[in-house]
Amino acid sequence: MAFLVVVALLGAAVWFVSAPLRREPENAAPADPGPVAEVEQLEAARDAKYREIRDAEMDLRTGKLSEKDHRALDATLRAEAVEILRELDAARDQAAGSGQTTS
Amino acid sequence: MIVVGRACLILALAAALYGIGTSLYGARAHRQAWIESGRRAMYAVFGFVAVAFALLESAFLRSDFSFDVVATHSSTTTPDFYKVTAIWSSQEGSLLLWILLLAGFSSLALRLSHNRLREVTPYAQAVLLGFAAFFAVLLLGFANPFQPRSPVPAEGTGLNPLLRHPMMAIHPVMLYSGYTLAAVPFAFAIGALVARRLGADWIAAIRRFSLAAWLCLGIGILLGARWSYVELGWGGYWGWDPVENASLMPWLTGTAFLHSIMIQEKRGMLKVWNVSLVLATGTLAVLGTFLVRSGVLDSIHAFVGEGNGIAWMFTGLIAVMVAGSIALVYSRRVSLRSDHRLDSLWSREAVFLLNNLVLVALCFVVFWGTFFPLISEAITGTKAAVGPPWFARYTVPLAIVLVLLAGVGPVIAWRRATPANLRRNFAAPVGAGLVALVALLVLSDAARKPLALAMFCFAAFVLAAVGQELFRGARARRAMTRESPPSAVVALVRRNRRRYGGYLVHAGVAVLFVGVAASSAFQHARDFRLSPGQTARIGGYAITYVKPTAKLASEKVSLGAVLRVRKGARDLGTLRPTRGYYPTLEPDKGPVAGIFDGQATSEVGLRAGLRRDLWTAIEPDLGPLQRFISEADRRFGNAGPDVQGVVIAAIAQRYVQHPPPAMFRIIDSPLVTWIWIGSFIAFGGGLIALWPAPAVARRRATAAARTGAAREPARA
Repeated sequence: MAFLVVVALLGAAVWFVSAPLRREPENAAPADPGPVAEVEQLEAARDAKYREIRDAEMDLRTGKLSEKDHRALDATLRAEAVEILRELDAARDQAAGSGQTTS
Repeated sequence: MIVVGRACLILALAAALYGIGTSLYGARAHRQAWIESGRRAMYAVFGFVAVAFALLESAFLRSDFSFDVVATHSSTTTPDFYKVTAIWSSQEGSLLLWILLLAGFSSLALRLSHNRLREVTPYAQAVLLGFAAFFAVLLLGFANPFQPRSPVPAEGTGLNPLLRHPMMAIHPVMLYSGYTLAAVPFAFAIGALVARRLGADWIAAIRRFSLAAWLCLGIGILLGARWSYVELGWGGYWGWDPVENASLMPWLTGTAFLHSIMIQEKRGMLKVWNVSLVLATGTLAVLGTFLVRSGVLDSIHAFVGEGNGIAWMFTGLIAVMVAGSIALVYSRRVSLRSDHRLDSLWSREAVFLLNNLVLVALCFVVFWGTFFPLISEAITGTKAAVGPPWFARYTVPLAIVLVLLAGVGPVIAWRRATPANLRRNFAAPVGAGLVALVALLVLSDAARKPLALAMFCFAAFVLAAVGQELFRGARARRAMTRESPPSAVVALVRRNRRRYGGYLVHAGVAVLFVGVAASSAFQHARDFRLSPGQTARIGGYAITYVKPTAKLASEKVSLGAVLRVRKGARDLGTLRPTRGYYPTLEPDKGPVAGIFDGQATSEVGLRAGLRRDLWTAIEPDLGPLQRFISEADRRFGNAGPDVQGVVIAAIAQRYVQHPPPAMFRIIDSPLVTWIWIGSFIAFGGGLIALWPAPAVARRRATAAARTGAAREPARA
């Protein structure tokens, strides 16, 4: 009985773990994840920059930054955000060119 | 059952080794199907280990003593709840729990990073599977939970009495959860270093796991402290025991990382520092497990005498982790260069950096003190330990600075603070600190303990800083939305969970340290030898030993006392400390001596309050009973359990009727309750920060991303 249980567990595991290999087309080409990874990295940088802008706005409303300080900081942050967005557009084009999709 | 359990561990090891191979091959050859198969191998490891764990739990619940581990760690009389938890009182069961939690959290992390971090994840997956393989080898080779017992005994040894406490049932699970969760950021850091993807994305992916590890470790430490306070009978909540220290070290580096990660997210700075902290936290988590498992350092918590094999295995793993981490960080030093420099020393970044240095210094002190016995033995040949006063000399000043920084951080601006905004933001918190100083100097004798006084003032500063932040945030929100003040506070926190969750943690830590400082500096503790009718006086209390008590339960005999507590003319009620005696199965002791000379635990009599705790423990003098115990063993040693039960009851009754003087430890400790309250506040804040952002905020963030405009990030 114990032997049958172990064989059943092993069979289920082999079937489950090997499923992606069985599904992969025979002549599937290797896919370099580099361009997609670049996009993901820039998306994370963009989200962090948005958070930073939002935090600066919060600091203004809670009196931690004066209007003048906030204006200067906000302009810098938005310029950095725009630069990231430009790089992101370029990275997306490159990823699309390599036939990769981002999630 | 034993065969299936052992086979599951072998299959888990096989799946882990297979997964390591396919993950690395998939990463090198850019073959997604192989990487996916490697990920599924982790799920399979989890499945096999879960089946093995369920089989072992079932054996404990059925008191199946054909399992050696069940026979040596449980008994038929062990309550069901403790049968469930007895599994991790053993070396074998706790290692099985470790791999179960590791496989569970790793599966969750890999599932969440599915289709993301495609370059990093395969290597992280291989590292996590490597950990799983290591623990599977440990279980199969050195601490097999499926070891059969022959001949099968009719009764088991039972669970260590000290572990029969609800806190102790949950404490190991929380610590192991913290340790295993810390393995996830470690693995992703290795993956990011190998793949040279060292931007903000891997940091964002592991932040929640780092926070969860911090939270679980913190809760585990708190439960351990509470257990020590109410169960160990010495009256303290922290004894600088090596195993306690082992859990504190990764918690400290994890705390440092959760602060410095923000600087990398916002400014692209401190990349080397951050990755080093993640790697150190992961390594210290394994080191913590090693200290508990190996018994290389003397500790009341360690599994002593389990052989050298496990110690050497862990030493090897830690050596590989340390050497590999250093080599990887050094080889990637160019990719780890900061994108920006520190704008000003008067900025939140600088405060975070200072906070990091203090936390790492604390970790170093704890590390040095913990390993000093091994260091001294290596140098002088003599094992010398350092005690609590040594730890206090270094940790107290560092903790005071840390609390001060916990107040400065929330109110100082990012990038560069100006004199004007420093004045505006610091006026109220500094004022609160000064008011606290004057009030304490005038109304209390706190001046005789300057370090405690400093801690109280800095804590007031922190609470005022956090209060000011909440007040100003809610006021700003009300100006926009016209909400009621409570609604504005709730909405503010919901929309800014990381910020205000973190502030709440700071407030909780300040409260906790007030409790620690007050109870350490102003505690009165004394030992008294009292006979019934006699009174002890301590800290303004008069405690009278009214009468002895005795109680028999299925597993133990409890001898104790009723103490009447008075303060001035006020009667504050009674306390009932007891000492429980559990039977030992040592063959050289008779059945009666096996109970009274067996394992004993303290149930303290505690009067806890917001202002002070009155803590009492009793150590009955069994000397006058020894001749009755010996006589009972001589005459009734071979009698049935019923007869022996009557004899034991008679001896307990003798103790009540002719009570000898008993030793009492009585402690009057101020503000101890605030340690537990502060911890709840801190962990509540941690949960808020960990909780996912509300759907509205997420949708807004996504919408903002889609428009590609940085003009209107989400509203406060």
